Amino acid sequence: MSLRIYICCKQVPDVAMPFQIKGGQLIRDGLNYILNAYDASSVEEALVLKAEHGAHITLVLIGPDKAKEALRKGLAMGADDAVHLNDDAFEGCDSHAAAKVLAKFFADKEYDFILTGKQSQDMDMGLTGGILAHHLNIPYVTNAVGLTADLGTKIANVKRQGDDGQEMIDLPFPCLVTCSNDMNDPRIPSLKGIMTSKKKPLDVIALGDLGLDSSEVGSAGSLTNLVSWAEPDKRQAGQKFEGDPDELVGTLMDKLANDAKVI
Amino acid sequence: MGTILVIADQKKNKIKKSTLEVISEGARLAEKHNMDLVAAVVGTDIAEEAKSLGQYGASKVYIAEHESFGQYLNPPFVNAYSQIIEEVKPRLVLTPTSEGVKDFLPGLVAKTGSAGVMDCSEIFIEGDTVKVNRPLMAAKAKSTVESKADLVLLSIRSGSFDRNQADESQSAEIVKLDVEIPDIKQVFKELLAVASDRVSLDEASVVVTAGRGVKDADGVALVEELADAFGGAVGATRALTEQGIAPATLQIGQTGKVVTPELYIACGVSGAVQHTAGMANSKVIVAINKDAEAPIFNMADYGLVGDLFLIVPKLIEAVKEYKSQQG
Repeated sequence: MSLRIYICCKQVPDVAMPFQIKGGQLIRDGLNYILNAYDASSVEEALVLKAEHGAHITLVLIGPDKAKEALRKGLAMGADDAVHLNDDAFEGCDSHAAAKVLAKFFADKEYDFILTGKQSQDMDMGLTGGILAHHLNIPYVTNAVGLTADLGTKIANVKRQGDDGQEMIDLPFPCLVTCSNDMNDPRIPSLKGIMTSKKKPLDVIALGDLGLDSSEVGSAGSLTNLVSWAEPDKRQAGQKFEGDPDELVGTLMDKLANDAKVI
Repeated sequence: MGTILVIADQKKNKIKKSTLEVISEGARLAEKHNMDLVAAVVGTDIAEEAKSLGQYGASKVYIAEHESFGQYLNPPFVNAYSQIIEEVKPRLVLTPTSEGVKDFLPGLVAKTGSAGVMDCSEIFIEGDTVKVNRPLMAAKAKSTVESKADLVLLSIRSGSFDRNQADESQSAEIVKLDVEIPDIKQVFKELLAVASDRVSLDEASVVVTAGRGVKDADGVALVEELADAFGGAVGATRALTEQGIAPATLQIGQTGKVVTPELYIACGVSGAVQHTAGMANSKVIVAINKDAEAPIFNMADYGLVGDLFLIVPKLIEAVKEYKSQQG
């Protein structure tokens, strides 16, 4: 007996790199696209489970042709195979439409775990996982920082970062867990991993294969629409002081009490 | 025309400050668009506390009380709030953003077939369209998102809206619902929490944060002492929580908490985007860092360039003296 794990992942622009917004839109030319870091943590966690219990790990991704690179990254880390849901009609999926597509994909699948990042680094929305779990009628836990599985009882123990501390939650699998980047440090693919990843199975599935209509997916099937981008409201640099610690503290206390009036 | 429902966030049957910002904005929107404002809150013993929401303009407060709301698991919250939504039939649902809300809202959105948008900082209602602004790309950009769905659920970013004064002449009708709690598959085992008498991060008016520059546990203790002098809360950057020098619960940033205190003091914090995404809307920001070029100075109202191990002890004394003079 071993585990059957699927990981839903996304390719995102690297948010650590500079980017430009012009005419209310993100300039996508020249952006560096990567595997969403929270999804990379999901892959790492699946590989840890695989090392302990044995597992078959399949990556699932919705995205255009170039998003295949993100799947190759996950395969190079050690996932066994990948499914690329690739169709022009998927363009512009919001969380609701993406969850609908994924739910259709999972309808005839058997699995113990669906893992996914707690959010995507570009949108920071964090809805798709929980919506998908609801569609599949399986329990879910978000923002996991730890995960263990008991194959005998089929109970997963999830440690999630909650508001007041870490919550230890047991849930039976099949279940869906969204992963935090505080869960682990995703491994860097080895050269051997990169070489073998090129030979691993990568299926491409289009809209028609899923039995969905173009009106149900992409922008058309979405409930929300991102209409424009803008620069964030930036704070201005204020006053900077250097010198003797006593003077610095005296200046700061005066500013806080008399100018800012916050103490 | 239509109803706005505010879902309150509570801790140990006390309504959190973040809810008051949200209901205040709900009241402004309701007045502007001639809509009804109602609120909802669930807990183990919440009826008395729920009344306070009437003082912020809710005409009715829907409540549900059940022991399953005592420990956080998402199914009871999804069920209770979907039943309340079915009863109220709102046009718009507003709720603060917290780790609990982020966990149950996807389920609630799916169960009610509504459109969900998380972490909104501005809300506009234009005819049949709900339009919001929200940060994205680690808060390095903002976006405008629209929805024409019949029901829209929005979680609100902390600090986005001003809190109104409570109006004690106003009161709400309390409507108690018997909610069906489903057979819950999850089991809450335990809460691993660091015991602390300090005010919680999302409630504090002063937050003092330790960054990589505080180096070790002794450095964190110094920052804690400064927070205590202010009667505030302690935060930490991911660099510190990752190394285990500070507990993960204290992490502020894109992957941690978003805080918006009156006064934010960053000690030995460089100002990486990962961190500033969680504190950039604080009212007044103070940075103490020996590196004059640290990016945190670009957003600090008051920057002190120098050794925090020399400055912070003196600041602690100065704050204590100031407080004693103020009585």
